[in-house]
Amino acid sequence: MADPVISVENLTVQYGDHRVLDGVNLNIEAGEVMALLGGSGSGKTTVLRHIIGLERPTSGTIRIRGVDINRCSPKELKGIRRTMGVAFQECALFNAMSIEENVALPLHELTTLADPVIEIMTSMKLATVGLSQAARQMPQELSGGMKKRAAVARATALDPEILVFDEPSAGLDPIVAAGLDELILLLKRAFHMTILVVTHELASAFRVADRVAMLERGSLIAVDDKDAFQKSTQPRIRQFLDRVPDPIAESADVQDRFRELAGITGGRA
Amino acid sequence: MNVLEAIGGGALRGLAYIGGLTMQGWAGLRATPRVLPLVGKPGRWRAALRQMAAVGVDALPMVGTMSLCAGFILAMQAGAELRRFGALQYVMDTVAVGFTRELGPLLTAFVVSGRSGSAFSAEIGTMMVTSEIDALRTMAIDPIEFVLAPKYLAAIITIPCLSIMSNAFGILAGFGFMLITTRYRFSMYLRYVANSIQLHDVFIGLLKSLVFAVIIVNVGCLEGFRTRGGPDAVGRSATSAVVWSTFLVILADVFFTAIFYLVHKS
Repeated sequence: MADPVISVENLTVQYGDHRVLDGVNLNIEAGEVMALLGGSGSGKTTVLRHIIGLERPTSGTIRIRGVDINRCSPKELKGIRRTMGVAFQECALFNAMSIEENVALPLHELTTLADPVIEIMTSMKLATVGLSQAARQMPQELSGGMKKRAAVARATALDPEILVFDEPSAGLDPIVAAGLDELILLLKRAFHMTILVVTHELASAFRVADRVAMLERGSLIAVDDKDAFQKSTQPRIRQFLDRVPDPIAESADVQDRFRELAGITGGRA
Repeated sequence: MNVLEAIGGGALRGLAYIGGLTMQGWAGLRATPRVLPLVGKPGRWRAALRQMAAVGVDALPMVGTMSLCAGFILAMQAGAELRRFGALQYVMDTVAVGFTRELGPLLTAFVVSGRSGSAFSAEIGTMMVTSEIDALRTMAIDPIEFVLAPKYLAAIITIPCLSIMSNAFGILAGFGFMLITTRYRFSMYLRYVANSIQLHDVFIGLLKSLVFAVIIVNVGCLEGFRTRGGPDAVGRSATSAVVWSTFLVILADVFFTAIFYLVHKS
């Protein structure tokens, strides 16, 4: 079996006394879509930020195509980053630039292509995500879904081998979110990209992913193909899949506090 | 113990800040040649030109007005005293030398710090909180070269130029005072001013304004890069940039003036 494209070994991240990630191990194979699931504060975005080299871990190793990104030279890291595209949750489009300038930016900065070639490539990328008509618009003039697609166009500008999405469906209506899922699948099929999607949207994860991993309080509690994951009997996974809330509101203290706030006197019901 | 801890903590934070300024300053100066036309990256020069317009051209009305006012105030204050000794003509020396060596660079630095230092910080701070700086890093684009270097080049070119303009406006205000009080002719005034200013006065002023430029751009950008959190953090960074750059500009001015005074005395 070929080496994984992304390999996370014993990733531990600690800020002061607070351990955010505790020995996370995760391998992502070439050409697969991996969805990293987890509740709020479970550490998903921290894993993503370490994989894309924005943070240095307390301990552990992250390898991209066999290269340890925290121990390689700046030149090697630059080379690795050129093969990765990242679509951030906030889109991170440059507000002072139009959409086409945003998409053309990596081509201008990191290639020696002539301007007409860059123009053609930019048009193609925008057409792929269905934003040809919005090329001249500024990011602040676009809807949330259009911004996400523009971010994908920019992330794919250099035809990366690896694509990373941080909460792609966050804040989008179900129809637009479904459109974005189809775009992720299209990119996988057409360009054979290795894709990591960090999300807490179950429908989106099960639509796009080949395999699913789940984080719980900084530890990876499952890595499985999506069908097996959906059938899991592990209590925490079932709770997540079945949308069962933590029993905070049922505790006696909370109930008493609610009654006090509502001005209800007398014994418990 | 708490007092000692507070002093120690403050000293460590201060040292870390100066260390951050030094490292960023060095990285910025190293990246600046890559913004120059012909030798630099194509297109980067245009970003520097936009910054020059924002830092220099747009600040000119404010610098001009403040310098005219300050020049007139200085001339009036000096005139009130010198008139008692029958030495009103020394108002021209006071204004010309005072502006060339001191007030021109200082006033310019205050205006640019308030306008552009805060703007640098707010721009970079916003880029930090909206993950734009992270996006640059993941695209293998150096934020120092892309964001900071055009600002560096713009500041070190335009602030000395603005400082020269400030000198001119201040000296013009001195002429306004002399015209009103003694009906001095402009040609005579210019001749007197030319005789009272020496070349090294001009160089000292330019050197100061160059150092002030580096301080303002460096502090503004560092405060921007240190921004964490949401929109309120951007506001705090902008305020901090103005406060720190004004403080450091005055500190640098005291240092330079003391050195030049000692050199001049010996």
